[in-house]
Amino acid sequence: MENLIALLVAAPLVGAALLLCGGSRLDRAGHWIGSLFAVASFAIGAALFADMLGKSPEHRALHQHLYSWIPVGGFRADVAFQLDQLSMTFVLLITGVGSLIHIYSIGYMAHDDRRRRFFGYLNLFLAAMLLLVLADNYLLLYVGWEGVGLASYLLIGFWQHKPSAATAAKKAFLVNRVGDMGLSIAIMLMFTTFGTFAFGPVLASTGATSQGRLTAIGLLLLLAACGKSAQVPLQSWLGDAMEGPTPVSALIHAATMVTAGVYLITRSGAVFNAAPDAQAAVVAVGAVTLLFGAIVGCAKDDIKKALAGSTMSQIGYMIMAAGLGPIGYAFAIMHLVTHGFFKAGLFLGAGSVMHGMNDEVDMRRYGGLRRYMPVTFVTFGLGYLAIIGFPGLSGFFSKDKIIEAAFAKGGTEGWILGGAALLGAAITAFYMTRVMLMTFFGEKRWDPEEVHPHESPKVMTIPMIVLALGSVFAGALFSVNENFVRWLEPVTSFAHGHSPLSATAVTSATMVVLIIGVGIAWAMYGRRPVPATAPRGSLLTRAARRDLLQDDFNHVVLVRGGEHLTRTLVYLDHSVVDGAVNGTAATMGGLSGRLRQLQSGFVRSYAVQMLGGAAVLVAATLLMRGV
Amino acid sequence: MNPVYYLYLAALLFTIGGAGVLIRRNAIVVFMCIELMLNACNLAFVTFSRMHGNLDGQIIAFFTMVVAAAEVVVGLAIIVSIFRTRHTASVDDASLMKL
Repeated sequence: MENLIALLVAAPLVGAALLLCGGSRLDRAGHWIGSLFAVASFAIGAALFADMLGKSPEHRALHQHLYSWIPVGGFRADVAFQLDQLSMTFVLLITGVGSLIHIYSIGYMAHDDRRRRFFGYLNLFLAAMLLLVLADNYLLLYVGWEGVGLASYLLIGFWQHKPSAATAAKKAFLVNRVGDMGLSIAIMLMFTTFGTFAFGPVLASTGATSQGRLTAIGLLLLLAACGKSAQVPLQSWLGDAMEGPTPVSALIHAATMVTAGVYLITRSGAVFNAAPDAQAAVVAVGAVTLLFGAIVGCAKDDIKKALAGSTMSQIGYMIMAAGLGPIGYAFAIMHLVTHGFFKAGLFLGAGSVMHGMNDEVDMRRYGGLRRYMPVTFVTFGLGYLAIIGFPGLSGFFSKDKIIEAAFAKGGTEGWILGGAALLGAAITAFYMTRVMLMTFFGEKRWDPEEVHPHESPKVMTIPMIVLALGSVFAGALFSVNENFVRWLEPVTSFAHGHSPLSATAVTSATMVVLIIGVGIAWAMYGRRPVPATAPRGSLLTRAARRDLLQDDFNHVVLVRGGEHLTRTLVYLDHSVVDGAVNGTAATMGGLSGRLRQLQSGFVRSYAVQMLGGAAVLVAATLLMRGV
Repeated sequence: MNPVYYLYLAALLFTIGGAGVLIRRNAIVVFMCIELMLNACNLAFVTFSRMHGNLDGQIIAFFTMVVAAAEVVVGLAIIVSIFRTRHTASVDDASLMKL
C-alpha cells in the first residue's frame, strides 16, 4: 500500500503539468482534467484510509522512501513520505474538500477564459499541500510549504488585471516570506542540534536537548505558523487575499492552506511539550488572534472579508488548542476538520450569492435573498449553525472541547484562556448572525432592475450540499466514543484535562454566550432595517473596519521604519564607507602625482639623482665611521 | 713622489667627468665623460694598491676596464641607433620614458 502514497502527490502534480504546459488546445477540457486528477487523488486517499482502518492503531503509519535527494557527507535529505493518522486526516480533508471545490469551480469559473490555467493552479496547490502533510522530514515539508505559498500567490492574483488583486497577491507573498524565514531558520537550527531533520529522530530526541535550543526552535516554528495561518502579528494578508476567486478563498484561505500552521505545531508537538515557554507563546498568539479576527469580522460589510475575519478567529482557536499540549492537539485537529467543512461551505455559499448578484460583495446591498436562492440559503444556514456552535452540529462539538481544554489548562491562565474562548464564541455568534441576517433576511437593498438574483447551477450547489452535510454530521461522528481522539492518539498523544468547571457547566456557559451573541445581532440587524450605506459607527467599529489598524501599524512601524533605516544606511554608505575608500584613493593619487614629477624622462636629471644618492651614501658611511 | 697627488688628480678627473655628464647634452660627449669618470676611479684604485702594498686595486682596475669595454660597445650601439631614428644625439631629446 505504501507505494500509493507518492501517487497521492503525483496525481494532482501531473494534472498541473498537463494543464499549465498543455496550451490552449486543452482549454475546452481543462476543468474536467483538473477535477479528474483531484478526484483521483481523493480516491487513492480513500483507499489508503480503508486500508489503514483495517490495521491496529500502533501499526497504521506507512512509510515510503522515494529517493535520496541530497546525500552529501553527513548531510542527508530524503524524499520520503510518512502517512500516519494525522497525515491521513489532512489527506482526506485536502483531497475531499479540494475535489468538491474543483467541481464547484467548473460552474463558478464558467465564464472566465483563463479557466484552464485556474484549474492548473488548483492542481498545483493540491500537490504542494499533500507534499506538505505527507513529508517525513522538515526539509521536504518546507518544499510543500513554499509550494502552497506559490499557489496561493498565483491564485490570489489570478485576476491580475485588477491592481488590487495583484497587490494583494504580492502582500500575501511578502508577509508569508517572514514566516517562511522562521521555518527555514528553525530547520537549520534543527540540523545543527539533532544532525537530521527527519520527524522521527528529531521528535524522539527532544528530551536530551537543552531547553534554550528547543524554545528557539519552537518560537521559530510559531513564527512560521503565524505567517501561513494568518495569526497576529502576521495576519494582515488574509483579508486582502479575498481578492482571489471565491473557490480559492474557500479551499486555500479557509479550509486547507491556512491550517498548515496548526499542522506544523501539532506535528512538532514533542518540541513544544519540552519547551513550555514556546508553548505559552503559542497559546497567547492563538488567544489574541481568536479575539482579533472575531472583532474584525464584526465590522466588515464585504461578505468575504467578514468570513476571512472569522477564519482568522477560528484558526486562533486551533492554534490555542495546539498550544495547550496533549490535552488540546486532538481537538485542534478536530476543529480544523469541522472548520474545513463549514467554512468551505460558507465561502462556497458566499460565492454562490456573488454569482447570483453580479459579483456584488457588499452585504449592505444584499437582503432578503432566501427566497431567491433556497439551496444556498439552506446550505449557508447549516454552515452558519455549525460555526456558531448550535447544539448537535459540528462546531458545537469541536469548539466546546477547545473551550473545555482551555479551562483545563489550570490556574489563572486557564480562566483567562477559557474566558477569551467564551468571549470569542459570543462574538462569533454575533458576526455570523449579522452576515446571515444582512444577506438572507430583511428588506431587499438591491435594485431589481439591475440585479436578478438566481440560484446557482447544480455543479455548484451539489458541493455546497455535501459540505453542509459534513458541517452537520462530522462533529457528532467524531465525538461518538471519542472516535477522533482515539484515532489521533498514537500520533499526538492525548491527556484528559481536568477542568475546574464541569463539562455541563462549560456547555451551558457556551450556550448562554451563544444566545447573547445571536440576540444582540438580531436586535441590531434583524429587528431594525439595515441601512444601505454604513453608519459612521463607534471608534472600535471604525478601527475594526480598518482591520484594527493592522495595516497602519505595519506602515508606520515597518514601512516607514524600514525607509528610515535604509536612508540612514545609504547616508552612512555614502559618507563613511565611500568616504574612507575615496579618501584613500585621493591621497594615493595626490602622492603619486608628486612622485611622478621625479620621472621626467631627462637622463641628466636622473644622473643628478644618482649623484645625489651616491653623495648621501658616502656621507652616511663617513658619518657612521666617524661615530 | 707622494702618491696622494695621484688621488687629487683622480678626484679632479672624476669631478670633470661628473660635471660633463650633468651639463653636456651631446650623447657622445656624455659618454666620453663617463669613460673619464671610470678611468679616474681606475687611477684611484691603482694608487690605493700602491699605498697599501697589495694587488687588490690593480685587479679591480682590470675588471673595470673589461666592463668599460663591454659598456662602450653596447652604449655606442644605442647612441648610433638613437641617432638614426631621431637624427639627433642630444640626450634631452630622448625623453620618452616618462609618465
